[in-house]
Amino acid sequence: MWAKNLLCAAILLSGIALLTGSILPIRPSAQRPAIRLERDFRQQAVVQQIDAAFATAWREASIEAAPPADDLIVARRMSLALVGSIPSLEDIRHLESLPADRRLDIWLAELLADRRSADYLAERFARALVGVENGPFLLYRRRRFVSWLADEIAMNRPYSEIVRKLIAEDGLWTDKPAVNFVTVTINPDDENKPDPNRLAARVARGMLGVRLDCAECHDHPFADWKQTDFQALAAFFAGTGQSLRGIRDYPGVFEVENLQTGETSEMPPAVPYDSQLLPKNGDARAQLAVWVAHPDNRAFARATVNRAWAIMFGRPLVEPIDDLPMSGSFPPALEILTEGFVTSGHDLRQLFAVIASTRAFRLESRLPETRNDEAYDEHKAQWAAFPITRLRPEQVVGALLQSGSLTTLDYESNILVRAARAIGQIEFVERYGDAGADEFDPRGGTTTQRLLMMNGEVVSDLTKEEDLLFSTATRIGTLAPGDAEAVDTCLLAVLTRRPTIEETEYFTRRLRDTRGGQRNERLGDIYWALLNTTEFSWNH
Amino acid sequence: MSIDPVDRPYAWGRPALPSRRGFLTVAAAGLLTPLATLLARRAEATDPSREPAQSLIVLWLAGGPSQLETFDPHPGRRISAETRAIETNVSGVKFAAGLPKLAQHMSSLAVIRSLKSKEGDHERGTYLVRTGYRPDPTAVHPAIGAICCHELPAAGTDIPRHIAILPGEWPARGGYLGDQYDAFQTGDPAGKIADVAPQVSFPRYEQRLKDLEMLERVFARGRRTASDVTMHAHQVREARQMMTSAQLEAFHIGQEPAELLAAYGDTPFGRGCLAARRLIEVGVRCVEVTLSGWDSHANNHEVHQRLNATLDPAFATLIEDLKRRGTWERTVILCGGEFGRTPRINPLGGRDHWPHGFSMALAGGPIRGGLVVGATDPQGSKAVEQPRQIGDIHATILTALGINPAKELISPAGRPLKLAEGTPVGEVLA
Repeated sequence: MWAKNLLCAAILLSGIALLTGSILPIRPSAQRPAIRLERDFRQQAVVQQIDAAFATAWREASIEAAPPADDLIVARRMSLALVGSIPSLEDIRHLESLPADRRLDIWLAELLADRRSADYLAERFARALVGVENGPFLLYRRRRFVSWLADEIAMNRPYSEIVRKLIAEDGLWTDKPAVNFVTVTINPDDENKPDPNRLAARVARGMLGVRLDCAECHDHPFADWKQTDFQALAAFFAGTGQSLRGIRDYPGVFEVENLQTGETSEMPPAVPYDSQLLPKNGDARAQLAVWVAHPDNRAFARATVNRAWAIMFGRPLVEPIDDLPMSGSFPPALEILTEGFVTSGHDLRQLFAVIASTRAFRLESRLPETRNDEAYDEHKAQWAAFPITRLRPEQVVGALLQSGSLTTLDYESNILVRAARAIGQIEFVERYGDAGADEFDPRGGTTTQRLLMMNGEVVSDLTKEEDLLFSTATRIGTLAPGDAEAVDTCLLAVLTRRPTIEETEYFTRRLRDTRGGQRNERLGDIYWALLNTTEFSWNH
Repeated sequence: MSIDPVDRPYAWGRPALPSRRGFLTVAAAGLLTPLATLLARRAEATDPSREPAQSLIVLWLAGGPSQLETFDPHPGRRISAETRAIETNVSGVKFAAGLPKLAQHMSSLAVIRSLKSKEGDHERGTYLVRTGYRPDPTAVHPAIGAICCHELPAAGTDIPRHIAILPGEWPARGGYLGDQYDAFQTGDPAGKIADVAPQVSFPRYEQRLKDLEMLERVFARGRRTASDVTMHAHQVREARQMMTSAQLEAFHIGQEPAELLAAYGDTPFGRGCLAARRLIEVGVRCVEVTLSGWDSHANNHEVHQRLNATLDPAFATLIEDLKRRGTWERTVILCGGEFGRTPRINPLGGRDHWPHGFSMALAGGPIRGGLVVGATDPQGSKAVEQPRQIGDIHATILTALGINPAKELISPAGRPLKLAEGTPVGEVLA
């Protein structure tokens, strides 16, 4: 309840001043921090190669790609992927004030420079690196870890350097946040020692995109990996222990038990492939770190590219995201991006920028009506139409709160608004259900989620008619000059697009000759319907 | 409309047509249709007098209750730390003194005293006991309630068939079976169920749904296949069905006699147990009711005294009530937490985490009552007699529900996974 009061107070304090302005372009683009749009020609060349590769693939499959999507829809995709929310009405006005041919490039650059993007991407990567568990009490600080990762991403530290720190860092989990990668696996039942098997599984899956850990217990008949591959990787962490000074390496040998005979034997550390990249000297973890993030370790670069693609598109290029083959035929886009990512020195920001600049990213998710439904699957398989994927819970809540605010909720927002946003987010995500670490699995929705959107308090607050300060619908109704403008504004604020002719006609008819309370009621109803659409809860 | 307790004691038992969702999910997974599953179950249940149970109630003791202060006292030993024991109605079997009412129902309980696990952390231990599998990044395993819903037919239930009352930090999930098998979470049954009442008048709500349909039509244009896959419209219908379902009444314990409510102990947990009994009568497959706070690192005895006072009347009355309502034979009860507690008392008068020998109680359905399986060491070592794994408990419950625990499902990673890894505790089902 206190959360709601706070939310209310926050809106009261910050809302009034912004009321009128939010409908009009209040912050002209000139007032925004100027983003230098770097024309990186190497980057552009990579984009062109990818576009050409897709064009060839579509020609060979005799399919015609979907038409380019509207700029606003592409801007929505970019915002969802990079900051976990939709553009605000203020953002939309700003976007529309930009020159049409460079609008999306500027928007992309602005998003990537936005601190919210570092925070959001850090959380997405953290899921693969440390999962979502709370971990051992006191010895693991997830929030500290994620905010450190966000700092690194914000300063655009090469991903290889980040990963090397994760694997090899020594010290205390509070002082050297990277070591939380190690301490999350500490087993309080085993003298507070980090678990080599869990660490090896994270390295294999989260960093290299291979499911070596499926061979933890026995050899798999159809997999490339042997049990000894996994055990030898785990052996790099055999000496990892902790003292008062935190995590460090001690001399240690990795003993493995033969499950059939019950005998134990010593397993020396070894990498499962490309052993020539492994340094000959140094601590075990430091050696492993160099090998994993080595520019010639293609699996590492490929897995990172595949993850970045999945963050942008909602679906990885190769599925499942953490089970890439070591060799064989990869989609051309994966290979081109991998090459580009390695050449750039594992530059994450460039990687995201390149992916978001490809033609494939900017296609419609719908096909012209003349084509039949069956064509859709083929287009999906070939990336010839943008894939439709379910938004993650925090994207839904981000979008929901953003659609209720009209101005952009960012680091310049009033502290109370941000606090309220964080609290609202936690409560809503709790009810809506978090996707957990397995975030790219296709998932079905739940009745709870639907009920929460249809009857829950957050949506109800946004659509209540009597509440001028709280209800966005009412604010739009009060400030928009006419019915058509009000409908326009509602669709822009919720679905980031203008209405179709059919929608304008339908909804203006619903508003015609209404005034005062009744009009606000109708606007609340329209807002409710928009928030409950497939279009709102899915990326498209 | 309310549910008349005499006319409609329970709605399940009669097979109904598979729901569209159930059908799609199962068909999509390439498995048997629910009807075929049902027929197969019927065929497996060879002895008609021992028909499998239909529902599961989990009394979840979050935090890890002490075996020594509940089902496995060692009176007079050093490890008892002076916790007294009382006789039960089964000769030779003792409970800790805090459970006098439940002790009178020992003849209906099977107590496993020799559980061993490797998970001494709350989150990981909870995952293990919920799913029967240790946490493992290769798959998110479904909780046992999700498995019940996936494997047993839907039987005309409008409300969610997997329900968590007073859920804690890690509610039961559908795992690789999909979010639609997540537990529906609800609080103290004395309050309202969240989000089932429309916020506006009925005509306005209907109009909103019409507006929504129009917007959905626009979105589906050129995306028909894709928007079918989202099943969004289906979920809206399902939510609507639940909002208007008479079965929602099952949550309303206010319709029960005051004396009964008092017998359950008028606590959130007691009310949850009463709601659980009502919910399974309308076809809910699994209700988990949580009683948390057992993590007694300090003042172990006080913590257990207080929580036992809540658990004891609720569990005992649930047994009596199920028997009175004629649903005992069709309901399996599991009572336990993520691990036990150390035989040694720490300097704060607490007991710490102990996954090396702890207890759980099973009851109802084909579970044999009056039975104790295994024993812990009276000296407090890690040695136990007849050690059992959490997977064995899962296999036992699934078997009691007529589900073959060895049945394999294909995880999203393409790996065949058994519904439960263990083997049923034979004597419990004999």
